[in-house]
Amino acid sequence: MPQSARFLSALEHEGYDFFTGVPCSLLKGVIRRFDDEPRWGYLSAVREDSALGIAAGAYMAGKKPAVFLQNSGLGVCLNALISLNVLYEIPLLLVTSWRGKDGKDAPEHILMGEIMTGYFDQIKLPWRVLSAHSIEKDVAALSETIASWRVPGALIVPKGILDASG
Amino acid sequence: MRRAEAVKLIMQSVRDELVVACNGMIGREVFTHRDRAANFYMIGSMGLALSIGIGVALSRRDKSVLVIDGDGNVLMSAGVLASAAAADLDNLRHIVLDNEAHGSTGGQRTITQSVALEKVARASGYRYAARVPTADLADALPGFLKQRGPAMLLAKVEKGNVPGIARVSHTPPEIARRFSSSIRA
Repeated sequence: MPQSARFLSALEHEGYDFFTGVPCSLLKGVIRRFDDEPRWGYLSAVREDSALGIAAGAYMAGKKPAVFLQNSGLGVCLNALISLNVLYEIPLLLVTSWRGKDGKDAPEHILMGEIMTGYFDQIKLPWRVLSAHSIEKDVAALSETIASWRVPGALIVPKGILDASG
Repeated sequence: MRRAEAVKLIMQSVRDELVVACNGMIGREVFTHRDRAANFYMIGSMGLALSIGIGVALSRRDKSVLVIDGDGNVLMSAGVLASAAAADLDNLRHIVLDNEAHGSTGGQRTITQSVALEKVARASGYRYAARVPTADLADALPGFLKQRGPAMLLAKVEKGNVPGIARVSHTPPEIARRFSSSIRA
């Protein structure tokens, strides 16, 4: 099974049923499935913080949301994360790419790639790096943490796992 | 008409709508005039009230959602008007109380002296968007709340806050929990 399909099955298995976000090339395998398969009901958001607001509304209306974004979008997400999602105890799964990992990327991604895990630590949000070898386990473990902490948590996706278009 | 008076009229017209109130004085005025479990008071995250309303309306097409917003909030996330339109949410209505100012931070001017937000909404694809004189607001509200969405009603209100407007006394997790319960009830 292609990894993007495996990843979506893992999300579905954990009960995720609401999907929104802003794409990243490292996530394009998954986003392509969203575009090709209307059953996911993926809402293409105009900005990452808007996606967090939409997901918050969906959560309060009984859904279990996952939000997709490029890590550059974490810049515009900070206020929404701390003054909406954390403040109101709204757990969400953030599926964020890791552009700029190990300092190897286009210049605009280097600093965010370097500080990203520290960003989550600073605002006290759980995070976990996705591995191609443990997709189901990674999704399940982080989902359990965000449900018990009642906060958003980030599944960090390095290059080479969900970017293949297969 | 002052904004607080407009909020009072709106909350008198609300029946079973799920209300999402933007941050600042508008949320506090909604709370003061008619607190109810079906109100979500967004106390931070300026600009995101419409996004939250979209998430609720999309998840529960059988419920009516009313977002009560201000000009500063709408300007901050004008792109989200297009999201509401693209999602074709016939159960989403959006009232904008436009005082041409950031009323909660001292009345500093915004830019709606020269920007007609109802025209922005229409150009973004709202099914209905109109400006109503405040003198006609009370009469316009019942019809507007039945208007097929996404629909916007904009009223120009006077700058300034009235005394006696409380802060929302519920904690944010309580606000979320009771709003959520009222949606599922």
